[in-house]
Amino acid sequence: MKVIGLILVVILGSVLVYGSLEFPPWGDPTSPASSHVSPYYIEKAVEDTSVPNLVTAVLADYRGYDTMFETIVIFAAGIACIVLLRTFKKTESGSRLYRHIPTGITLKIEKKGRFPEDSVVFERIDSHWVPHDLIVQTTCRMIVPFIQIFALYVIAHGHHSPGGGFQGGVILGAAMIIYAIAFNLRSAIRRMSERSTVMLSSLGVFIYAGTGALCMLLGLNYLDYSAMAGLLGVDPVTARSHGILIVEIGVGIAVMAVMVTLYYNLASAGRHDEGL
Amino acid sequence: MDVFLDFLISKANYWLYIFLMMIGLYAIMTKKNIVKKIIGMNILQTAVILFFVSVGAKEKATIPIIEHGHDSTHTAISATHYINPLPHVLMLTAIVVAVATLGVALALVIRIHQQYRTLEEDEILERIREA
Amino acid sequence: MIWQIEIVILIIVIILAVGALSVKDLLGAATLFGAYSFMMCLLWAIMGAVDVAFTEASVGAGVSTVMFVAAVFRTSRRTQD
Repeated sequence: MKVIGLILVVILGSVLVYGSLEFPPWGDPTSPASSHVSPYYIEKAVEDTSVPNLVTAVLADYRGYDTMFETIVIFAAGIACIVLLRTFKKTESGSRLYRHIPTGITLKIEKKGRFPEDSVVFERIDSHWVPHDLIVQTTCRMIVPFIQIFALYVIAHGHHSPGGGFQGGVILGAAMIIYAIAFNLRSAIRRMSERSTVMLSSLGVFIYAGTGALCMLLGLNYLDYSAMAGLLGVDPVTARSHGILIVEIGVGIAVMAVMVTLYYNLASAGRHDEGL
Repeated sequence: MDVFLDFLISKANYWLYIFLMMIGLYAIMTKKNIVKKIIGMNILQTAVILFFVSVGAKEKATIPIIEHGHDSTHTAISATHYINPLPHVLMLTAIVVAVATLGVALALVIRIHQQYRTLEEDEILERIREA
Repeated sequence: MIWQIEIVILIIVIILAVGALSVKDLLGAATLFGAYSFMMCLLWAIMGAVDVAFTEASVGAGVSTVMFVAAVFRTSRRTQD
């Protein structure tokens, strides 16, 4: 099997190398990739949409359909993960571990016993428990607000600097994930429950598709943002810039919710009771 | 000889990208562990993205953010001064699709492990044949 | 654009890719894969693709590595090949 694999890979590699002999030299300004549509985008993007970041302008305005379907792909991945992994039945043994905080004794209570819910001296622990670590938890608690502010800055400043909706959404999701790792999964689920992640991800897709439908209702093509000029009270060029901002916010919300959903389901294998 | 060496230098980085792609493809075909196959798939995806992004580079050109975009004077923007933004846009979508595929693939790995208690491909095939 | 740095980082990337596929411990493979993602991000930043580099840094070296470690934690850690 390894020999067949090696032979196939060598044959395919040599075919690709033979194809690469005809490529234009590296960094050629007149190569075919840089000669047809992209000079139009470079020269006209600022006067059409007043967005200096060319990648954001092309991604959200000139090629807006692709980005809408990319958001739908991310949403579908989150739903697929929930469908594959989420189980609602209780664990096989049904026993839980509790720790008495003043003395440090660990109790294992079987299913027929009574679980001390809402008790101040007993806390529920995971099967792979590590002791309460002051440095990690305090650092996490101090850092998470700054990570979230930075993520919102990346979304909002995507017109003028590298960034945009997707990058900011992933960083927002990462802020929630670091909270779930430093503390435990149940406290993270208390802050952002499964129901709110599912609703936020569909809200993000709805914002994007809804903006397109709004432009169509106002008279122009789907996802042609200059139709919103009358609604927002600005000229068409600035309306396109604001339209790009609205869809980037939609993408950011959807991506954050899906990253958090993926982490919740992968770290607890669907059961949502223990985590990493 | 000089011409040949020049030619070799100008194409060497394409050959390195193709070598990276072939490493990923070889891992998908021959590794027996499922997680190694997924790592190989991701190496193949990022190598293809690297190849595409390198197509858009231009000599002596700067990053695709228009300088002084909001000044009152509208100076002429020359297309040879900025690198090509179109491959960047397409590859942004490709990275998003790669991470979505990774999430679903890891969910499948966890389900397979719950059902068959192993992650090696030959042991899984044996246990399927027994049942 | 500076071809010396590019060649050095490309060699490191190839070594990391081969290493992530040959270690026998899946947690080590996940960590090496995170390092591979970060080196790719540097390569794209040198080529001038700043948006792509930003995305790969947040996705590949952040969320993707965490998901791998979570999946390895829930399944087995040792492998035979």
